[in-house]
Amino acid sequence: MNGIHDLGGMDGLGPINPAKDEPIFKDDWERRMFGLFISCFAGGHYNVDEFRHAIERMDPAHYLETSYYEHWLTSLETLLVEKGVVTQDELAARKKHIAMEDA
Amino acid sequence: MPHDHPHPHNRPLSDVELRVKALESILTEKELIDPEAIDLIVETYETKIGPRNGARVVARAWSDPAYKERLLSDATAAISELGFSGVQGEDMVVVENTDEVHNIVVCTLCSCYPWPTLGLPPVWYKAAPYRAKVVKDPRGVLEEFGVTLPEDTEIRVWDSNAELRYLVLPKRPDGTDGMTEEQLAELVTRDAMIGTDVLTAQ
Repeated sequence: MNGIHDLGGMDGLGPINPAKDEPIFKDDWERRMFGLFISCFAGGHYNVDEFRHAIERMDPAHYLETSYYEHWLTSLETLLVEKGVVTQDELAARKKHIAMEDA
Repeated sequence: MPHDHPHPHNRPLSDVELRVKALESILTEKELIDPEAIDLIVETYETKIGPRNGARVVARAWSDPAYKERLLSDATAAISELGFSGVQGEDMVVVENTDEVHNIVVCTLCSCYPWPTLGLPPVWYKAAPYRAKVVKDPRGVLEEFGVTLPEDTEIRVWDSNAELRYLVLPKRPDGTDGMTEEQLAELVTRDAMIGTDVLTAQ
């Protein structure tokens, strides 16, 4: 599928800026996200192709603006909702609950 | 699991943090995941699986011509001889740098990378600028990494995919004849095994 993810040869995306030294995960949420991906993959909720395809279905502007693990998060949410494992409402309600608890 | 580890309350949780926490909490409640298993997975990738594994493969290939031959003809089997196999390393191809040819690896579509030998990819490998530029202007990319190759060196760029992962076998640096395999492994950098670095004996 052609799309924004198909970046090979595109001009004007700026310098690479490789970091000399960087942690494996930048934030704790990235750690949890990585573990969630592996756990749900091991649980048979999707295969790698479905997972990547759900990233490729992201809105193009959103794709370019968001970080790698946010792509993963978006893909995981999309697939788990599509497969009926969780609902949008459940996710929204829990998010609200956690935000209130955190405040 | 909202609060099983302390975090400073000097800022509210961000939107992505809330989304990840919500997902983990619901999936835990449904008993579809185990938070302790997540801890273990993360620890494994932070401490056990990384480019030191790949460096051992490279050092073995430099030290043992028969191993190198096996590595170049059936990389998956040769790498698993050293105990490195598994997710995202099921089908490996090793490409050798020589005086004539320099190889660079990318995944233009996403982030395919040989996890068992290199661990998880660095941010730049997954980000748009490298993926876009390296297939069009590999010499320009190498310059951004501080590497200049002779003009007559052929550069080959390998685009990884979900089925096939590449590892570069860097050129053994001059002046390393007397070194042990362990000493050689110390010289090997992650970027040299991606192809964005060349090695020296320092």
